[in-house]
Amino acid sequence: MQHSKTTGDKIFDSSVYILLTILMVLSIYPIYYILVASLSSVSEIAKHGSLMLIPQGFTIDSYIAVFQNELILKGFRNSVFYVVLGTTINIVLTTLAAYALSRKWLMGRKILMFSIVFTMFFTGGLIPNYMIVQQLGMYNTIWALLLPGAMSAWNLILMRTYFMGLPNSLEESARIDGANDFQILLRIILPLSKPIIAVMVLFYAVGHWNSWFAASIYLQNRELYPLQLILREILIQGRVSDFGGDTANVTHQVAKNLKYATIIVSTIPILVVYPFIQKYFVKGVMLGSLKE
Amino acid sequence: MKNTTVLKNQSEKAILVTKGKPSFLKRFLREFNRGKYVYLMLVPVVLYYLIFHYWPMIGIVIAFQDYIPGVGFFESSWVGLKHFTEFFNSYYFWRLIKNTFLINFWLLIFGFPAPIILALLLNEVRNRIFKRSVQTITYIPHFISLVVVVGIIKDFTATDGMINQLRDLMGAGSIPFLQFPEYFRTIYVSSEVWQTIGWSSIIYFAALSNVNPNLYEAAEIDGAGRFRKMWHITLPAIRPTIVIILILTLGNLLSTGFEKILLLYQPLTYETADVISTYVYRKGIEHSAFSFATAVGLFNTMVNFTLLIIANAISRRISDNSLW
Repeated sequence: MQHSKTTGDKIFDSSVYILLTILMVLSIYPIYYILVASLSSVSEIAKHGSLMLIPQGFTIDSYIAVFQNELILKGFRNSVFYVVLGTTINIVLTTLAAYALSRKWLMGRKILMFSIVFTMFFTGGLIPNYMIVQQLGMYNTIWALLLPGAMSAWNLILMRTYFMGLPNSLEESARIDGANDFQILLRIILPLSKPIIAVMVLFYAVGHWNSWFAASIYLQNRELYPLQLILREILIQGRVSDFGGDTANVTHQVAKNLKYATIIVSTIPILVVYPFIQKYFVKGVMLGSLKE
Repeated sequence: MKNTTVLKNQSEKAILVTKGKPSFLKRFLREFNRGKYVYLMLVPVVLYYLIFHYWPMIGIVIAFQDYIPGVGFFESSWVGLKHFTEFFNSYYFWRLIKNTFLINFWLLIFGFPAPIILALLLNEVRNRIFKRSVQTITYIPHFISLVVVVGIIKDFTATDGMINQLRDLMGAGSIPFLQFPEYFRTIYVSSEVWQTIGWSSIIYFAALSNVNPNLYEAAEIDGAGRFRKMWHITLPAIRPTIVIILILTLGNLLSTGFEKILLLYQPLTYETADVISTYVYRKGIEHSAFSFATAVGLFNTMVNFTLLIIANAISRRISDNSLW
């Protein structure tokens, strides 16, 4: 833009910057406030209210309490386990499906693809799904959290689009050398697909980490609870017994800085890796914007 | 037709020349043999879709039965449309329709244009560091779990929470917002926009990078200012993306937000907060009225599916953009 700016353009420009700055503040302030308040003492939080830019009465007591809480620690460990195992299942299935359905010569490819995409818009609904999990004997087991969502059609479309964009010649020369499809997938396609696999791992892993609903309807055994269910008790249902509080006194609330520290501890794993993987996330969503 | 496609493939041409046109069965077997490893790869995928997606679709039949818990899908007595009539005549029917419609209507009005506006504004920013900061920061809420988001909402709207403290400063009394039905939609929609605006803008932002720069130069020569260029060039350029996202949004309208409402509502606010999917949850999971809840769920799915088809048809007619 070498041209001199008109007054209208200047007003336009400043409004854009102002609006976007306001949006940034609105986006981040709630989380920033929670971080700051989690490091403040309870009495200072009450005194300063909602406007705190740096911790007041700095203390890490709330974090010590959180890390000493057996329920939270167990939930954390369970969630890590579900993320690792669940994401592995997701990636294997999605990769197999994406490879198969991106082979343009495969007989029956269109009907299979259609049958999968159809499930994005028409489902049996909550109750039949719930009943099937029960009929399969998966109720109150970890499989109820891992298998019903073993792959997502949306992610399959993203990965398939990526595979279809890879050059054909490599595959053909490998085939001439006598490689079968498993060898082609493992030795040729996968090494070229690190960006999309990173995106898939992250999409699925965040999904598992944040999921709570399946666990809430399928799990009764508290030993198996993922972190999000423990969080629901502490943050939403206000179960003070989770923090060793007096259950008889229902008006008693979990102290604010304890709540906030719990939020930060549960969100940190994602927020720490987020900046490093941001470019991959964006790439993944952009792939999806390519129409079939 | 089939012959020409086969002939295109060099390696198969040779076989055709020597053997002539093979029978259907032979061709089928040859194609199957060619893809045998690929079909092997598809076995777990097909099993997954059959068990966890198509079997539940068969399970819908219990909507037309009085299902007895613990037996197969076809072993209870058939009752026709009994559960549907019961639902249509129930006191809750119109309330559920109204709530579902209104929540989604307001979500569409505020939530759908917001990311488009954000992408358009971002596109006007020349400073790369500023642009990058806006993107990084506005994407963050997307990664915060629903449980935590609702926990934050609950905390901020509580009588001693952030919003009521601001009200106190202005001399207004504090209100336990989440206990009043009249605030539910506002809380739901505004928090939803907060969480999704950045992330949803990515797709539009990606589409914007494909706009031909020559168009802007031409418009500049014609004397168009920044706003007019945005309105007449940038916006039309991303119209196909907007239309596709709109169709997808309409097709999922009634099923989204279920988990959030479940966490956010309480009996005091059912009057405005209870939607079809949460009603299905209470009836089916909490009260074990499997057949009735399945019928209500099927009604929800059918409405959704119809909306998708209508949206797609309209869009195909007026803008040449459609999912199929």
